[in-house]
Amino acid sequence: MSAVAFERVTVEAGGRRLVDEVSFAVEHGAWVSLLGPNGAGKTTLLRVLAGLRRFRGSVRLQGRRLDELGRREVARQVAFVPQTPVVPGAMSVCDYVLLGRTPHMGALAREGVGDRAAAAVALERLALGSLADRPLASLSGGELQRAVIARALAQSAPILLLDEPTTSLDVGHQQQVLELVDELRRADGLTVVAAMHELTLAAQYGERVVLIDQGRVLAEGSAGHVLTEERIASLYGATVRVVDNDGSPAIVPMRP
Amino acid sequence: MTPPWAFAALGAVLVALVAGVLIGPVDIGVGAILRSALARLPLLDVDSPLTAAEDAIVWELRLPRVVLGALVGAMLALAGATYQGVFRNPLADPYLLGVAAGAGLGATVVISYGPIGADGYLLPLAAFAGAVLAVAGAYVIGRSLGGERTTATLILAGVTVAAFLTAVQTFVQQQNSQTLNEVYSWLLGGLTTGGWREVALIAPYVGFSSAVLLLHRRALDVLAVGDDEARSLGLDVTRTRLVLVGCATLGTAAAVSVSGLIGFVGIVVPHLVRLAVAPSFRVILPLSLALGAAFLVLADVVARTVLAPAELPIGVVTAFIGAPFFAFVLRTTRHTP
Repeated sequence: MSAVAFERVTVEAGGRRLVDEVSFAVEHGAWVSLLGPNGAGKTTLLRVLAGLRRFRGSVRLQGRRLDELGRREVARQVAFVPQTPVVPGAMSVCDYVLLGRTPHMGALAREGVGDRAAAAVALERLALGSLADRPLASLSGGELQRAVIARALAQSAPILLLDEPTTSLDVGHQQQVLELVDELRRADGLTVVAAMHELTLAAQYGERVVLIDQGRVLAEGSAGHVLTEERIASLYGATVRVVDNDGSPAIVPMRP
Repeated sequence: MTPPWAFAALGAVLVALVAGVLIGPVDIGVGAILRSALARLPLLDVDSPLTAAEDAIVWELRLPRVVLGALVGAMLALAGATYQGVFRNPLADPYLLGVAAGAGLGATVVISYGPIGADGYLLPLAAFAGAVLAVAGAYVIGRSLGGERTTATLILAGVTVAAFLTAVQTFVQQQNSQTLNEVYSWLLGGLTTGGWREVALIAPYVGFSSAVLLLHRRALDVLAVGDDEARSLGLDVTRTRLVLVGCATLGTAAAVSVSGLIGFVGIVVPHLVRLAVAPSFRVILPLSLALGAAFLVLADVVARTVLAPAELPIGVVTAFIGAPFFAFVLRTTRHTP
């Protein structure tokens, strides 16, 4: 049984098909990168998985139909790190991470000892312990991204969705964040589905990549298999050279 | 463990209540008031030192007015904090979705067309109905246009409804110039008519709304990360917002129906708490409730003593004291506004 299984999933908005009969599956503990140009439908697919978007077709989480799960149940299965999180600047890092416990608490309950412990562990693992009392507005871009991931981790969900997790980070912090996520994945057996912009990084971290264009799956498989010079040229309109980089493809832009 | 701010808030409420009962044109001492309170208890053999007139001043004029002020202030501040959280808008106040305009229209219609002497019961009822209907209308319109950006459309729908109702209210008011004065003094707000009857009238609404809102204080923190993320955390955003707006409106409508439109409390008290104590709604809601009560009771003391025996409209006092104090807090705190 797959952790995530899309079967002929279609999403329409305003008469336009954002996602068109998409089928693919993600195995337990895998890291799958969703690739494709802007507007291809990557974010929409993640939002479907997070239970934020109506769709036709079938989506299964751990074998159970997504549309039959309640909102809280979905939130216990899937943690979503959006591309541009809404940041309540005055909120402390600790309180923010505690919000991740929401699906595990009664609707009107207060955080219990277990919730505080889970948040403390998440803070510790993302090296945010010393920043716990700082307001979010005072964090740097990399620290903020770690806080958002810590909140997702506190959610204790087996499936982690990342929407362009590295967009606003410099190359060092990009690497740091992705390494962290990969460590957490290996340690906890998390399943990671990440929409990525940066092809080389996507190839390095994604065991499999799914290439999407205009709402359809164009190709899927290992990065080396999917990311060819011709595909990238036709899809992105970019002139690139794909070189081997320790067994994973590195995409190098060339002057046309 | 009870945090220190809880004691401070309780202290503020107590001080305000005592000041409210003690201060007035007729000088009645603390000891005498306390003894008259004991005299009212069964089984205790204590004689009240107060004359019949003094007794009436304390128990039938000052105390109900103080209690009413506390209820209204608590409700307005709590509702303001809730609106600010639900709409993620620091400028939101309890009147955002048309409570003021609806209540104003209801009151104006009764004052202008109602039978003489109907003000007592009919006026609060009409103001309450007008307020609730206005917000319900705004909610229905907002939701029908809603879609993805519900909060923005809801606010715009509120502005639309408020503008329309204000137009109707002004029309009615200008057509009946003989009652102009009465309408104005109602719109400016005040606790002049406050008696035990008014307290009994609004206490159930204020009590119920406050209880529900306080229970949702964590949900308001979750809403701070936006509708989408709140949903992805498992919160039923639409239902939560409906419950919060509904209760805040119900309580505000009840408060407004007996006090008229008192500005400033609903916007300044929650911000004061947020800036001076903590930005979490888990702290903002209970503290706004307590400090709103204390603030309005004290403002009323000022309103009825400064020009005694005449009274200042209480809204003048809340703004005159509140605005400079708020500016001071803004300057001296370092939290992000």
